Amino acid sequence: MPPTIIQDINQHNFHEVLRPTPFHPRVDHNCLTKNWMDWNGYLTARTYDTLAAEYFAIRSSCSVMDLTPMGKYRINGPDANKFLNRLVTRDISMLRPQRVSYVVMCNDEGKVLDDATIFHLSEGDYRLCCQHHQLDWLMISSLGMDVSIEEETHDVAALAVQGPTSASALKLAGIDEIEQLKPYDILHAQLHGFEVMVSRTGYTGDLGYELWTSPDNALNMWDAIFEVKQKGFYDIRTIGLSALEMVRIEAGFILPGDDFNTAETAIRADRVRSPYEVGLGWVVNLDKPSFTGKRALLDEKKKPIKRRLLRLEVSGNKAPQDSFLYAGKGGKRIGTIMTQIWSPILKANLAMADVEFAGGSQPNDIWAEIYYQKELEWRVSWAKGKVWNKPFWTHPRRSASPPGSY
Amino acid sequence: MTKPSENSVIIIGAGHNGLVCAIYLSIAGYKVRVLEAQDVAGGGAVTSEFAPGFKISGLAHLFHGLDPEILKDIGMQSTNFELGPEIKTIALATNGNHLLIGKDSVNGAGLSEEDKQTYKEFKQEYFGFAKVLKPLLMNKPPRLKNMDKADKFTFAKLGWGLRFGLGVDAMREFLRVGGINIYDVLNEKIENSHLKGAISVDAVMGHHMGPRTPTTVLTYLTRLNGEAQGNLSTPKNGMGRVTELLVNCAEAKGVEIQCGATVKKILIDEGRAIGVELDSGEQYKAPLIVSNADAKSTFLKMIDVCELDAMFAQRINTTRTHGSVAKFHFALDGLPEFAGLEAADLGNRMLIAPDMRYVEHAFNHAKYKEFSTEPVIEIIFPSVHDDSLAPPGRHVMSVLATFAPYDLKNGWSEQARQEFTSVVLKSIEKYASGITSKIIASELITPIDIENKFKISGGHWHHGEMTIDQSFMMRPIHGAAQYNTPIEGLFLCGATAHPGGGITGIPGRNAAKRISSLARAG
Repeated sequence: MPPTIIQDINQHNFHEVLRPTPFHPRVDHNCLTKNWMDWNGYLTARTYDTLAAEYFAIRSSCSVMDLTPMGKYRINGPDANKFLNRLVTRDISMLRPQRVSYVVMCNDEGKVLDDATIFHLSEGDYRLCCQHHQLDWLMISSLGMDVSIEEETHDVAALAVQGPTSASALKLAGIDEIEQLKPYDILHAQLHGFEVMVSRTGYTGDLGYELWTSPDNALNMWDAIFEVKQKGFYDIRTIGLSALEMVRIEAGFILPGDDFNTAETAIRADRVRSPYEVGLGWVVNLDKPSFTGKRALLDEKKKPIKRRLLRLEVSGNKAPQDSFLYAGKGGKRIGTIMTQIWSPILKANLAMADVEFAGGSQPNDIWAEIYYQKELEWRVSWAKGKVWNKPFWTHPRRSASPPGSY
Repeated sequence: MTKPSENSVIIIGAGHNGLVCAIYLSIAGYKVRVLEAQDVAGGGAVTSEFAPGFKISGLAHLFHGLDPEILKDIGMQSTNFELGPEIKTIALATNGNHLLIGKDSVNGAGLSEEDKQTYKEFKQEYFGFAKVLKPLLMNKPPRLKNMDKADKFTFAKLGWGLRFGLGVDAMREFLRVGGINIYDVLNEKIENSHLKGAISVDAVMGHHMGPRTPTTVLTYLTRLNGEAQGNLSTPKNGMGRVTELLVNCAEAKGVEIQCGATVKKILIDEGRAIGVELDSGEQYKAPLIVSNADAKSTFLKMIDVCELDAMFAQRINTTRTHGSVAKFHFALDGLPEFAGLEAADLGNRMLIAPDMRYVEHAFNHAKYKEFSTEPVIEIIFPSVHDDSLAPPGRHVMSVLATFAPYDLKNGWSEQARQEFTSVVLKSIEKYASGITSKIIASELITPIDIENKFKISGGHWHHGEMTIDQSFMMRPIHGAAQYNTPIEGLFLCGATAHPGGGITGIPGRNAAKRISSLARAG
């Protein structure tokens, strides 16, 4: 039976280059900087007012981010589980309903197309959330399977509510059972009379939740959350993608497309990366009978690893933006800084670095060559890098159940 | 369930390539079992009785003989086939000015001396081009990445043949015409439009192509490779004879052939083919499984799609495999009369393709999923050379009619079948008035019927279009073009693999050689 493909062809207003999300009236009202950017074709705030304030909202109180542009696909039908399990490298055959799993998708050559989260909404009914648009790959992967794939990026409005006080704030907003949620749990709740799905998931490494609802209820959901702030219970701040970038690097999460070229977008043969090369070996299950890319990954596993995306702390106070990396100060060039931030909480320059592993082993003396400006004059300096095998920053409250009541 | 031995092989499909592969593997010391879905071996090379007392070649109806190298390797003589006399082509004309076209000469009223000479030179030149491709055909197609020694050698032979076999001028000409269409080439060379029409049929018959389709020179060269292999003829008792001899040869070498055994699925464990399961539920285990079925049947019907990487499955699924030829079998109460032809002439191959525009217009319909209202038609009367095929005084007529697309707009309903039959008979009547009244029985095999009966996806003779993007190192697709497949222990040996369709036995031979050499390499 051919797969059922239901594509959203909502009317798009072509006078708007970027599409406003269902939260746009509130986003626009709160966004003082008007520092807009494009995220998957949506008009998205890079910052709202002050980056530092947004960052600290995530780390010390409660933050809200518009998550709508995330690619979302609804997957169900008799072969839904079989389809997903073939699509991703992790074994999700035992993923229970109301649970979420972090996964990665590879192409035939075992190179990463995207990372994603699979939400098992209810028995046999799944939502796949991706960083990039993946409908074509999903369609290709559905050949010969009885599965329905629905693009629902534009049909689901979502907010990430993250930070130490997020559980408390959401409880006051009306999600009574919020405390029951363990990490990666899903809850179907009622909020002021409309349906909201809440998952204990996020991209901040902190305690946090993601709330999903229909676009019609988007503003009501936003208002229900911010009412808690208006009543003076908790401070809640909108955050943009710049603040998110800071916390996701602190938490050690990768960003396909920024930290490495995704296989679909790479043009040069050496730009694609396997899950092992981006530190996602832990989501690859080679014991699973079959999945796309398994043969290639089995082959790759036999050979020494060529390179890896490393978490690198770079000493000093100069931002190692786009820096080249060397084996020893002034040594052989072995890599590049892909993304980097200044971490206010750790007081350090943190980076994701693409580093060659000569002979399959990690270089032990990595130096960054940093170019920086002083009053429009370029200077160069060297800074030593330190590799972190664990995330730069973690906190027990991220996984504490029930969540701490702050 | 049978216990597999180390060197046992299961071949799916007892078509001629499967049998050739079986014989080669058997000679190499393998223990071979061939499983055939139909009640008789042979696949497309069979003789079947379509009406009481009337027998005919079921699918392929003309024969160039197997490749001489293969005959030598498997210990067969071409005389075993008891081939009839050489069959030439008669390009029919309504005014009786037919052309008699042979391998290197052409005759007919209204043909200029210049065209006769040009035809001779044209064939010589193009046989030369076809010969250059021969090393490519007789070897596994070289990979472009990670070439092994054999691949480099094949390329070297190809390059040597191009540069030194042909010489500079001919090589330049080969490179010029290799990717273009037969329409332009024939217009450059030949004056007579009737002759051009007939030659163009050899470039497009069996393909979803008209004379103006790019790469029809290449399909013509493939055809010439057949011509170079041996004279066009029919074996005694029809194409079933070829199969019978191959079966005897195989069985003498210890190959077990089991008919009526439809393989439902290929059993796979940890990414490795380990056996097959039949419709009956019976299982056979073997460390080597060789499929003579087309790529779509093999990968998308016999294998759980999850065993394949997604893009691989997608690429197999998007190969072009829609057949475009229908075959008719007619039982006749006596030989018909063709205006301007003697009864003895009917032992030849008659073509209805008055000019290239006619052929191109016939193809136009196929583009829009219609059958041609004025189809290109090839007619033979096998019973002229072989009285075993029909009762005394009676005859069989085998007709290929194109274009009859697999994906006909409203499907091959009974009405469509009748309409197309009358279109074809009407066309033949123009040359052989009264032929319809001689018909005692008939059978029509559309691409849909070919698909169902012979289990060939899309009912495509050649197991997939032989366009340049589906040839050589891209046949059926790259990643499965050297007979081995991403599934360890699973091989392809049929027309779906390089060098493609035709009764040549070359894919079967090449596959067997590949299997043996991989086994030697460990």
